[in-house]
Amino acid sequence: MNRPLYMKLVRDLWRLRGQVLAIALVMASGIAVLVMSLTTVESLEETAIAYYERYGFAQVFAQVERAPEHLRDRMREIPGVRAVETRVVHTAVLDIDGFDEPVIGKLVSVPERTEARLNRLALRQGRMPRLGAPDEAVLNEPFAQSHHLEVGDKLRAVINGRWRILTVVGIALSPEYVYAIGPGALMPDDKRFGVLWMGHEALQAAFDLDGAFNDASLTLLRGTNPEGVVERVDRLLAGYGGVGAYAQADQLSNWFLMSEIAQHRKLSTILPTIFLAVAAFLLHMVMGRLIAVERSEIGLLKAFGYRNRDIALHYTRFVLGIGLVGVALGWFIGYWLGLYHTRLYAEFYHFPFLNFRPSAQSFLLAALVSLGAALIGALGAVREAAALPPAQAMQPPAPPMFRKTVLGRLGFVERLDQPTRILLRQIGRWPVRSFFTAAGIAMSVAVLVTSMQWLDAINHMVDVYFLDAQGQDLSVSFGQARSSEVVRDLARLPGVMSVEPMRSVAAKVRSGWHEEREAIQGLPANQALYRVYDAKGRALALPPEGVVISTMLAKMLGVDVGDRITVEVLEGRRPVFEVPVVETFETYIGSPAYMEIGALDRLMRERPSVTAVHLRIDSRYRDRLFRELKNTPSITAVTVREAAVQTFRDTMAQTIMIFISFFIVFACTLAFGVTYNAARISLSERGRELATLRVLGFTRAEISYILLGEVALLTFVALPLGCLIGYGLASMLVRAFETELYRVPMVILATTYGWAIAIGLAATAVSALLVRRRVDRLDLIAVLKTRE
Amino acid sequence: MGERTPTLRARGLTKVYRTGEVEVHALRGLDLVLETGELVVLLGPSGSGKSTLLNILGGLDTATGGEAWFLDHELSKLDDAGLTRYRREHVGFVFQFYNLIPSLTAVENVALVTEIARNPMAPDEALRLVGLGERLHHFPAQLSGGEQQRVAIARAIAKRPDILLCDEPTGALDSQTGILVLEAIERIHEELGTSTVLITHNAVIADMADRVLVMGDGRVHEERRNATRRPARELTW
Ligand SMILES: Nc1ncnc2c1ncn2[C@@H]1O[C@H](COP(=O)(O)OP(=O)(O)O)[C@@H](O)[C@H]1O
Ligand SMILES: [Mg+2]
Repeated sequence: MNRPLYMKLVRDLWRLRGQVLAIALVMASGIAVLVMSLTTVESLEETAIAYYERYGFAQVFAQVERAPEHLRDRMREIPGVRAVETRVVHTAVLDIDGFDEPVIGKLVSVPERTEARLNRLALRQGRMPRLGAPDEAVLNEPFAQSHHLEVGDKLRAVINGRWRILTVVGIALSPEYVYAIGPGALMPDDKRFGVLWMGHEALQAAFDLDGAFNDASLTLLRGTNPEGVVERVDRLLAGYGGVGAYAQADQLSNWFLMSEIAQHRKLSTILPTIFLAVAAFLLHMVMGRLIAVERSEIGLLKAFGYRNRDIALHYTRFVLGIGLVGVALGWFIGYWLGLYHTRLYAEFYHFPFLNFRPSAQSFLLAALVSLGAALIGALGAVREAAALPPAQAMQPPAPPMFRKTVLGRLGFVERLDQPTRILLRQIGRWPVRSFFTAAGIAMSVAVLVTSMQWLDAINHMVDVYFLDAQGQDLSVSFGQARSSEVVRDLARLPGVMSVEPMRSVAAKVRSGWHEEREAIQGLPANQALYRVYDAKGRALALPPEGVVISTMLAKMLGVDVGDRITVEVLEGRRPVFEVPVVETFETYIGSPAYMEIGALDRLMRERPSVTAVHLRIDSRYRDRLFRELKNTPSITAVTVREAAVQTFRDTMAQTIMIFISFFIVFACTLAFGVTYNAARISLSERGRELATLRVLGFTRAEISYILLGEVALLTFVALPLGCLIGYGLASMLVRAFETELYRVPMVILATTYGWAIAIGLAATAVSALLVRRRVDRLDLIAVLKTRE
Repeated sequence: MGERTPTLRARGLTKVYRTGEVEVHALRGLDLVLETGELVVLLGPSGSGKSTLLNILGGLDTATGGEAWFLDHELSKLDDAGLTRYRREHVGFVFQFYNLIPSLTAVENVALVTEIARNPMAPDEALRLVGLGERLHHFPAQLSGGEQQRVAIARAIAKRPDILLCDEPTGALDSQTGILVLEAIERIHEELGTSTVLITHNAVIADMADRVLVMGDGRVHEERRNATRRPARELTW
């Protein structure tokens, strides 16, 4: 490369370092988010896959009531099946010292004589249960940690109606319970739900399943379609109380994990796009200005015989110079954020190991995308530089054309003071640039609104879903449907003020070729405790016939009010019936279907039964009630509403707050980068004019007013615009984040707008102050002496 | 000398600038010959078309009509790339406002040209020729106007051009400094034998030329030959 031009490049970059850095920071933000998301996604995915593979996570799962062991061989004969493991899986109420509430344990069998074929444990401490020691258990690590349980400790459990004292012999993690979610819960709650692995033969004996199993998992040969196997397994197990097999994709823990990763992937596209677009615009602005300043230098270079492409190359290198600073910063920040973030998630998921080996690909992709954006942004300016006719370039540019604007004609401008007039005409003179400056500031406010909207949304979800809709203090669930007499039994317990039955039936619902697994939930027509609640805050009464389904389920099935859906029940007598959709309602969580409980019992051709009872209690009797419940066999879950709310908040907050704080920082760099560059460019363009005004007797404050007033005015236009864009962006993100499990509502509180505006203003003010210092130091003599 | 092809020839040159509705006829059928090794001073009031002519002769701009020749190349037939090559290989420019690159030192400003020339002198040699051997590593801001202009001259001649075109090189300088600059041009002209065109509206400077052309209204009004050239050192104004 031509050495003098290279020196010029380096010195110009250094001279404009403030602006270079401001642009590089905006670019770096985009690159960092991109690298962070890509590496996080990549690492989580790789770790999950490695985890699944190393510990033989099954690919098809099935639960039955009771099936003879010999069915295992039948399953293994299904084409495409590689291995089959049969287990005993049951829930039990646990009693842990120092914890009042009943804890639900999921007891999962592991073979005592051999190593497990599938779903092996990552043993963290201790050992596996031994043959002939039926009270030995291995605990899920997060559960053990939250109760400070260690190898050698004991806990009490009601197993098949009998109190037993279990000894902790090991602590482990399992690919099957990355997300350990208790029955009926929405979020993992390690205090109230735990997984316990116990000897297979011990559990067979405990649950009267000698020579039988109630849970099967299978792995498949490479390239086998799980759907076909699922169907064959279903057919095989239907007669043994099978409630429908499902593939790995629908396995709860895996499903959660994968949707989280998918959300990350979406995030990796939306935000970097905003940042890189703004960076491109900034480069457009700055390069345009640089080339205007260097007009005569360009003419001169051409006069000496430099070719158009030499000139184009020079300014392209300038852009790439800025870009490379951005890339270097972005890579660095992105790498650390990615690592930090991945670690955080790994901790959250309790992965036994972590593969953080981000591929060069993510980094290259980020660099290419951002340098591409930078070049596109600068393309116009560079082209203009290359095309400047040398003779013309040597002459100073003609003074910009100012015209009386519409405002002027209204006689409005005439009433303003001179500085304000200059300021307004400047904006009118550069409408496109002014627009982009305002748009840039607006974008940063928009990013702030979008990121802080999550908090509003979560609070709103909690308010609607838990606080308004649910009037119960406590819900008690049973593993199998119980006669409704149990409702009366519970009502007689101490401190119980009111009770309400609920019946949940495992089923497949169908319409045309759409089929979904969705429990049908039976509730009283007018619920007092657990209410069917529309997202708009409307309580729904259930009709005497037909179903009321969530709009999500209606969408998944492609049905509307008035259509009929087929319900294929997967338990009891396995009836299949058709029911009309009577009403649909909006809900944030899940895709539920409700029916009047009596109607459901009739369709099931069964006596009135319940699977859960919701209770309202007198808090003074709480402890006594808990003691009683712990002694009630066949209870599979006790959900305390308050605790559920807390876990929900905590879990959401844990993952989302991290993001929000990143974005606040990034949005600030955005606002800062835009305003700093806008003001610096104005200053460079109008240094002479402003110095002349100073010579004419205007004060520093008046000069700053002319220059920064322009930025301030644009900022004030930008703020409401930013709120508007933020709203749009938020609804876009909300849609992108929609999963079958939950939809984040579109709620933005006034205070969120307020904060976004305040933070945006602060970032703008900081950059204005930096420029103001330059205005104050404006060297009058030097400015007037130079030609341009 | 007369037998040889002149370095530059122009016949019937016209140049019309159009800015919107207005047409400005900057050159109206101008004829001109620049012999090899000649120093010509171009006089004329402001707006008479001097810079326009120089720009066309230097390949910075193209004429609207007429012909311009460098040796046996017709400039008016060259495209943008051809003109660029012409400038790169044959022409040195000096402008009124020095036009140094502020972010480059004196020697780097000169190197800017020598880097792309075919047979240049060393940048510091060129600077020594104009008497700036001591100022090699100063930035333009650290040099006086006259020194800056001499850097510009060094930059123009470092490639050993066939033609040196100077557009009011002393226009922004006081007389003492102006004479230093003219001395530099004179020295280059004598030592390298460069054909030189020097634009000025200062009639005194005409005395240092072989030939003086007076322009007015887009044409050469008057032409005279000086019997002897006065050394720049002896000029006063
Ligand atoms: N780029 C241009 N566009 C329009 N008119 C021009 C341009 N350059 C020069 N002119 C006009 O052409 C005429 C000759 O200009 P110029 O050659 O610069 O004169 P001189 O150098 O003798 O002062 C002037 O009237 C000037 O206004
Ligand atoms: Mg001129």
